[in-house]
Parts: sequence; structure tokens; C-alpha cells
Amino acid sequence: MFEEITQKFELLFKKIRGQAKITESNIAETMREVRRVMLEADVNYKVVKDFTEKVQQKALGQEVLRSITPGQMLIKIIYDELVNLMGSTRADIKFSPNPPTVIMIVGLQGSGKTTFCAKLANHLKHKGRHPLLVAADIYRPAAIEQLKQLGEQIQVPVFSMDSGVDAVQIAVNSVDFARKNYRDVVIIDTAGRMHIDEEMMREVERIKEAVKPHEILFVVDSMTGQEAVNVAKEFNDRLNFDGVVLTKLDGDARGGAALSIKAVVNKPIKFVSIGEKLDALEPFYPDRMASRILGMGDIVTLVEKAQKQVDEEKAKKLEEKLKKNQFTLEDFRDQIREIRKMGPLRELLSMIPGIGSALRNIDIDEKQLVKLEAIINSMTPEERRKPQIINASRKRRIAMGSGTTVQDVNMLLKQFEEMQKLIKQLNRGRFKGFKLPL
Amino acid sequence: MGILDKLSLKKIKDGLTRTRNDLLGKILNLFGTTRAIDANFFTNLEEILISADVGVDMTDKIISNLKERLKIERINEVNDVLTILKDELYKILKSTCDSKDLDPFLIPEGVKPFVIMIVGVNGVGKTTTIGKLAYNYKSRGKKVLIGAADTFRAAANEQLEIWAERAGVDIIQQQKGADPGAVVFDTLKSAVARNIDVVLVDTAGRLHTKTNLMEELKKVKKVMQKVIPEAPHEVWLVLDATTGQNSIQQARQFKQAVGVTGLIITKLDGTAKGGVVFAIANELKIPVKFIGVGEDIDDLQPFDPEVFVDALLKT
Repeated sequence: MFEEITQKFELLFKKIRGQAKITESNIAETMREVRRVMLEADVNYKVVKDFTEKVQQKALGQEVLRSITPGQMLIKIIYDELVNLMGSTRADIKFSPNPPTVIMIVGLQGSGKTTFCAKLANHLKHKGRHPLLVAADIYRPAAIEQLKQLGEQIQVPVFSMDSGVDAVQIAVNSVDFARKNYRDVVIIDTAGRMHIDEEMMREVERIKEAVKPHEILFVVDSMTGQEAVNVAKEFNDRLNFDGVVLTKLDGDARGGAALSIKAVVNKPIKFVSIGEKLDALEPFYPDRMASRILGMGDIVTLVEKAQKQVDEEKAKKLEEKLKKNQFTLEDFRDQIREIRKMGPLRELLSMIPGIGSALRNIDIDEKQLVKLEAIINSMTPEERRKPQIINASRKRRIAMGSGTTVQDVNMLLKQFEEMQKLIKQLNRGRFKGFKLPL
Repeated sequence: MGILDKLSLKKIKDGLTRTRNDLLGKILNLFGTTRAIDANFFTNLEEILISADVGVDMTDKIISNLKERLKIERINEVNDVLTILKDELYKILKSTCDSKDLDPFLIPEGVKPFVIMIVGVNGVGKTTTIGKLAYNYKSRGKKVLIGAADTFRAAANEQLEIWAERAGVDIIQQQKGADPGAVVFDTLKSAVARNIDVVLVDTAGRLHTKTNLMEELKKVKKVMQKVIPEAPHEVWLVLDATTGQNSIQQARQFKQAVGVTGLIITKLDGTAKGGVVFAIANELKIPVKFIGVGEDIDDLQPFDPEVFVDALLKT
């Protein structure tokens, strides 16, 4: 996630870090690069312009001159500005004191509304609510069927009506239905529509007038280009929505759209949607996202995610080991196992400061993990603890035992070595002010 | 205009009206307000191109080529500059295809069934596009069969069924969660047995970063080759015009995995400009075959570089 923009900024900072002093001219160069990085990341042209102007002003001001390391100061300014741009506090869904709380989901075609509705319902269900999904997309072939199937998967009832009933009526009836059947949250899945489609935009306005939703969420694909701003603006002008949902963040989209939408409509990004599994929904934390973009890693998310599934004691032991640089192949194997439980590895690793960039060149393939595990399993306990004793003949044996090749074994050892190096770097406090995540 | 009758030309232009108005408005503004071709002129031009999702690198390239030519050809008339700019844009798009395949619906003689695999990330409009393609081939008198190899997404089958019905063509499908390879195998076998002209294979949307899903796609392709060694004859990648620079990455990854032979740009009826096409054409030399300009079954149009650029920049 946000991998490419992160990578670019990392490169940028490496450049700046090497310099003793920030001068007006090298700030100009950096600013040009920041501008470029952001434009390539699909941040809106005008937003980029504002952003670079603001950062430049601050960087050239006294704050920087007084700081000890100008490079760090600049990173902080950019970070702060990015946080500002994306909204400085996180926002949750506001529930009505008189249930049902009505939530309306809107957006362009193919932005991921229906999948998000199911994820949100699932999320609320796990929080003890009783959601009702409403199929109000009467246009796209099989959209209602899709929501029904998703509802079945997460065991949340889906309200739909026979074809011929218009979307406004469906929405109105669904709220009645929810009231009578003690469902306390109504999630209305509306049809995807182009923001310039007058007729369709009027329909969604009518739904809003009819059911007066407590919350309107605008769903947007994180891969969206320069138009994100116009689309969001039009939806906002029409509906005055309450928040934004960013979808498909598990790709390598640079996600600039997220930054610019916030800047233009001034509405918080409330959720991010990662992956196609129905439990892959996360709240949006602007500060974390900013640090992620800047290559500082998303420490808090990682910790939360890890806590769900990793045995705490194990983590503690690992922390000790990490601190003493005693991370062995056995721990590596444990980690592989835990990580495979947790979800896409690349996504997870990219949250650890520094690791995201260091592992970028190593192809992380889920199948590869099975192979890695097999190789480690074929080692003797001693070999796992002291990989340096693994000589050519041992390598051959391990390769035979795990059904792999000596090259594979070499690759694993090399990867492990890189990991150890990274851990050492982390322990040396390359990222001052940021705590070790584990 | 070759196969393009006046009606469909109008349709493309209608679809691109918003695009044209935006860009044209800006360009006219640009040419109107700045009499002299100066640095300011190029800054404005840069904004226009970047705002159209052309991308920073491509924009730089276009502008520097333009500057070069203006210098060599000693041009400083505003109108001539526009002509050169258009020419530069055509050149990029035309570098991917020769004029003889202007009609992308044309099927080479003697190839039967002609197998087309449709790929893309989630939500770009693959299934809708298949419906439109089926309708077009059918109206050209071809026997069409659809293979529903998106066995993952909820109700994908039902959606495709409705499109097949609208187009009046047959569809081969299995239950949800089935192996897409098996569906494709069935589809091709049946296409051969039923003397089908065109097979359209719908695949599940997948983010190009998901290694395992990209592997699955390669497998689907291999399964096709077991039935028909040359299949798929075409692999078309569907791109959403609303997507920004990530489209380049999608094109790279899908090309690497399954050898994309053509692009279909959807949702050009919105305000998105689809300028990223230039970078893809420049780097990957993949031609754009069609554009999607609406949700109706006949809203798919052959792509023509000149019409496209003309519609974007027409004075």
C-alpha cells in the first residue's frame, strides 16, 4: 500500500539526510522532487501546488534554521503537512440515539460499494450491532443478487424488493422494515453513478431526502486519477456526505487521490478497504497513513493487527531476541507461520518501519513461504540456531530433504541474513522517536 | 472514415464531449490569453496534460518534443503549435498499431473459434464490456459464446447471464467457486463442437499485485492452449479511464503475465480524460482497441487515435 510513493520519499530523504544544511537552493530541488513524487502518485495538480508552496514557506522559515538536523526537520514538516492534508483526527460513524441508524453508500461505478457494504455490515455485526443491508442498486445486472450472496456469507439479512420498484421506495421501505424487525443499522447500497449523470444524481438526492440518512459515505477507488477531486466535489455538492471510504488499497496504487479528496471536500476518510475478504476493513488513521507515505511505517496498525492473532508471550520473547540480535531461523519460521495466518505478507511487512523498503526487491510470494518453511523444517535445530555452520554438504542435504534446490537454500539464508541486518539497524535506532513495533 | 460511419463517430465525440470541453476550453484559454509562446505557455500546457492524467514523465516528454520541433521548424504561430501538438499526440498513439487493424472487430480468416480473453483489475467494467462485445460480434453475424470464468465474485455469473441474454448469445458457466480453468476448458471444447466463431472469456477481477491470482490467470491461459494451441488469439485488458497512473502498472503486470494484445478504456462518458493511454502506448506499445462510453449495450466504440485526439483537442 502506498508503496511507490513511500519508496520515492525514502529515496528523497536519503538524499537530504546526507546534507549538513538546508539551503534555499537545495530546498527548491527537493520541492521539485516532492511535487513530482506527488503528481506521479495522482495527487491533484492544484493540491500539489498548494502543498509544495506551504512546505516551502515553512522550510525556509525559522523553524528549520533553529533545528539541529535540517533533514529531520524537513521530514517533520512534510509529515505534518501530509497529516494536515488528510485530516488531523480520525472519525467514526455517528450512530443515531433513536435506532435505526441509516447509512447510505454512494460512489462511481466499480468503486467497490457493494463489497464495502458487506464489509461494513460484518464489521458492525462484530461490534454487537444488528445491521440490515439494503439492495437499492436496481440498475446493474445482478447487483441485488450480489448483495444477497454477500449477506448470506456474513449472515446479515438483505432487504430487497421486486424489480420495478424504484430505489427511493426501496430505501423508505427498508427503514420501516428495520424498525419492525429490530435492526439497529440500515446500510443502503445505492447504484454506481457518474457524477455528471443528472438523472442518477437526482435519484440519490431523492433517496437522501426520503430517508434522511445519519451518515452518507462516499466510496472511492484509491487508484483514481486527477478526476478524483471533481468526482468527490460533485457528490459532496449534491449530498454533503459525511465521510470517504478508500477501496482497493491492497494494490500498489500510490493513493494520491486520498490526499486530494480530503483537501478539496474537507471530509474525513473514515475507512479503508483492503482485500476481498469480508473482514478486511480498517478505520482510517491520517497520521499513520502519512507516516506510511513517508516511509516511517505504520506502526500502530501493525501492532493492532498482530495483537489479534499472535500470541502475546511469543511476541514478547521475540522482542527480547530482536533487541539482543538473537533472531534465529526458528523464530523466522514462527514468524512465517504467524504471518501466513495474518494475511498478505507484503502488506504486513510494509507496515514495519524500514522493512518495507528493504524487502521491496525480494519477491514475496505466498507460495514462496511454504517453500521457506519446508527448508527450515529440513534443518537440524543446531543449524537453525547457527546458520553460519551450514556448509555446502549441509546445504545439499537440506535441499534434498525439503524438495528444493541448493539455490533455494542459499536464497533463504541470504534473506535471513538481510532480516538480521535490518533488525540490527532497527535496534541501533535508525528511526529515532519511533518505537520498535514488536 | 473506413468502418466508422458518421453515427458512431458522433457517438464517440458525444462520449468525449466533457473531455473535449474541459481540455479545449483550457487550451483555447491558453491560446487566447497568451499571445506569445513563452515559459508560461508551457506551464499552462503542462497543467492541462497532467490534469488529464497524462502523467508527469509523459507530459515532460510531450512538451520537450514539442519544444524541439517548434525550434527546428521555427514555428511561433499559435495555431501551428496546436497542429504540432496534435501531431505529437497522434504519433504516440499510432506507434502501437498500423492502420489496417482500424476495425478491431475484424476476425482473421480461417481462425475458428477466435478466442478473446478479457482481463483487468476489480471494478473496471470487464463484464459489461463482454456484454457489449458479444452484442457487437453477434450483430456482425458471428456465432458468439461466452465463458464465465469469474467464479469468484458474488453474482458474477448472474450478471454475465443477463448480459448474454441481452446480446442474445450462449454462455458456459459452472457454480460459484469452481475452477476457472475448468470453465475455460468446457467453453473451448464446446465452442469447437458447436462451430462457434468468437469466444469471449470473462475472468475475475484481480489486482495486478496479487501474485497468486496472476498465476491463476496464466493457468487459465494454459488450459485454453490445451484445447486450442493458438488460444487466446487476443488478450484484452480493460482499464477504467477514471484510474490515474496506476493503469501503467496494471498494463505492465498483465502484459508480463498473459501478454496483453489490446486495451479497452471504459467509463469515458464521465469527465475522466484517460490521458494515461499515452504513457502506456509509449512504454508498452499496446494498442487501444475500444472505448466504453456508457452503460448501454451499444456503448462500445472502436478506438481511433485521430478521432480520439481530435475529440480531445478539436478547435
